Amino acid sequence: MSTLVLAWSLTAAQFLLGLAMLCATFRILRGPRAQDRVVGFDTLYVTAMLLLVTFGIGLGTAIYFEAALLIALLGFVGTVALAKFLLRGEVIE
Amino acid sequence: MTAALVLLGATITLIGAFGLVRMKTFYARVHPPTLGTTLGTGCIAMASIVYFSVLQTRPVLHEVLLVLFVLVTTPVTLMLLVRAALFRDEAKSEAGEASSSAIE
Repeated sequence: MSTLVLAWSLTAAQFLLGLAMLCATFRILRGPRAQDRVVGFDTLYVTAMLLLVTFGIGLGTAIYFEAALLIALLGFVGTVALAKFLLRGEVIE
Repeated sequence: MTAALVLLGATITLIGAFGLVRMKTFYARVHPPTLGTTLGTGCIAMASIVYFSVLQTRPVLHEVLLVLFVLVTTPVTLMLLVRAALFRDEAKSEAGEASSSAIE
């Protein structure tokens, strides 16, 4: 019973996180300006990281946690690089 | 316990991402995703800690690392982004209507 509830709620949580990723993708595709797209990207990678953590709970391994940590690290670097580009790319103009 | 925490974290993250779609201006749009990065990450990492600690009958705390990292990096990235957005808005208003499409 308990494992059934856990499996069901994990599936539901993955569905909800997938919906959240869809919302972020909508903002990436539709964002009026570049900074909106970068915020959407930020949300997208955080949600992907949470999705990987839920996969790790579902399969009972710690490998997915390391993948989630990697995604968080690289996503942070990517967002900072994009923000820096938005700051400096227009100094030249 | 794990099930409730996972569901709660996922729901909060979905609310945050939905706010990202619904908000009108960029400066309002920065705020909702932080719901997912603080409470959503906290709840799901807590669920993972509880699950693996019960499964292995010893405290498994490495998810704390994930929460700490996300909590530290989110304000940094969002402050950089808002600073870039402010700069771009000023540049756009200085350039005027004629070249606004070029900046966008």
